[in-house]
Amino acid sequence: MAFLDLQRLEKSFGANHVVKSFDLGIKQGEFVSLLGPSGCGKTTVLRMVAGFETPSAGAIVIDGQDVTDQRPNQRNIGMVFQAYALFPNMTVAENVAFGLKIKGLPKPEAEARVREMLGLIGLTDFGSRYPFQLSGGQQQRVALARALAPRPRVLLLDEPLSALDAKIRVSLRAEIREIQQKLGITTIFVTHDQEEALSMSDRVVVMNGGQAEQVGTPFEIYNQPCTKFVANFVGTLNTLQAVILDGAEGEVAIAGVPLRLPQAISGPRGADIAVALRPEAVHLSTAWQSEGDVTLAATVSEVQFMGSVIRLKAKVSGGVLALDTFNRADAPPPKLGAQIGLAFTPRDLIVLQK
Amino acid sequence: MKRFWSWAAFGLGVCYFFLPLVGMLEFSLKMRRGSYSLDAYASVLGDPQFQATFAYSTVMALLTIVFGVLIVVPTVYWVRLKLPRLRPVVEFITLLPLVIPPIVIVFGYIRLFNTSSWLPLTGSSSGTNLLLMLGYSVLSLPYMYRAVDTGLASIDLRTLTEAAQSLGAGWVTVLARVILPNVLVAVLSGAFLTFAIVIGEYVFAALLDRPAFGPYLVWAGGNKAYEPAALAVMTFALTWGCMALIQLVPRLFKHQRAQR
Repeated sequence: MAFLDLQRLEKSFGANHVVKSFDLGIKQGEFVSLLGPSGCGKTTVLRMVAGFETPSAGAIVIDGQDVTDQRPNQRNIGMVFQAYALFPNMTVAENVAFGLKIKGLPKPEAEARVREMLGLIGLTDFGSRYPFQLSGGQQQRVALARALAPRPRVLLLDEPLSALDAKIRVSLRAEIREIQQKLGITTIFVTHDQEEALSMSDRVVVMNGGQAEQVGTPFEIYNQPCTKFVANFVGTLNTLQAVILDGAEGEVAIAGVPLRLPQAISGPRGADIAVALRPEAVHLSTAWQSEGDVTLAATVSEVQFMGSVIRLKAKVSGGVLALDTFNRADAPPPKLGAQIGLAFTPRDLIVLQK
Repeated sequence: MKRFWSWAAFGLGVCYFFLPLVGMLEFSLKMRRGSYSLDAYASVLGDPQFQATFAYSTVMALLTIVFGVLIVVPTVYWVRLKLPRLRPVVEFITLLPLVIPPIVIVFGYIRLFNTSSWLPLTGSSSGTNLLLMLGYSVLSLPYMYRAVDTGLASIDLRTLTEAAQSLGAGWVTVLARVILPNVLVAVLSGAFLTFAIVIGEYVFAALLDRPAFGPYLVWAGGNKAYEPAALAVMTFALTWGCMALIQLVPRLFKHQRAQR
């Protein structure tokens, strides 16, 4: 049974239906990310769990207890905000101790807990500093320690890394994940950054228009997207039109080139379907390409140098394909307008349902 | 040349403002014939009526400040957090004391709360004192409201409130331990302005017949020679002292120093 159960949650602001019949069960100790574009309802779901928004319908159950009507300060849920939200008038230690004081923890015990938390985030010597004397990354670590200090049942992270620079973001996300695993705390993480969601989570919920489009492990979400939206939102994707030749045999034609998909597909002969291909699944046609690879004739239309990787875009009949290739000093990329062959294995094609 | 005229205009302004003050200061020091002395100041400070009225007004000012803070801080907080659409209405209401003359307000009070009314506040000293304090609160409302509103605008009210709530804090704790300490400097600014207004206020105190400092100033002005000048200098110093404190207090708070 799920430790945190969100049952058919709905939320409307006037005529605006922000969250629609949202169901999610989260196991104890699990790290789940809500991933989606701005306005998809992910933050609203998080705020309903925290108690800052009242659901229009549905229930929130934590460890078998219905908390839907409880006030935020009665739920024992820790939250970390994008804007840190440290209390400016308190030192780091006072910030971390705030929740413990409210709980009425005896002073020696509270002091020990504050030391433990500051040790956990690696800021043992920063207890007497004020928030303005810390960097953004340090402030967010203190916010995490403050949220964890009262030992909450659930930890909510509302885009906690968005305000930080790229390097700090990468190191802090590893740190957050490590602390979460160490404490085994059930966590919901809201982000619009797919890299964060994929690298940190046990499961990812991709949201669109107030609904969960797909729930799965990062591997499933990336490699087996159920819908066009998920496929497009998570990672870069080439979408191609294919014509069904024999659905039962999985035979289709792309740009006039027949190929066989690994699975049967439904639809009459001659019907159009959408298939997708990750840029890393496409490669420049060479003499040593694998048997069974399909090759399409293409013209290079764009070359993006990104350091270790070079992204090429090339026109094929009926569209443009992007592909990633490693940068090698002895093999410069093809020039704009060059005629090339693009090869891929049919089993890498993803058939998009809707 | 442009620079010269700028300085000339500045000098003229300074003379216009400071020369009367210098004249008043000099006059207040001339009580003893033929030499400068602090006799007028000693006479004022030694006057039991001065001591009584000043103490009364100081207590009234402090009570007004406490009452104002208790009313204004939660109101501004709630309006900013939960009822942002009502802000223009509340702002308009708080500006009313600036456009309604105090004499109109005090006559309204006397009509509403006289001894034959349903709430006869003017029937006792304590009742009239309460009425005077409420009147002072109304007079200082525009200043206190604006000071607190500016203070609350400078912090992320919603997120700080939600952070405190997620840590188990109720509304009173959020206000007392998170919000108020972070707008203390703004509250103190409003408090000093309130103090300056209450200390010199005449109309309310005179018409409610209370032994306040304002009526004493008027009485001394009509009955003494050098003491009114000394009193004027002292009240100026008090007001300027309050202004200086508004500037200095933020420097005393470490976390506020960082925001400056």
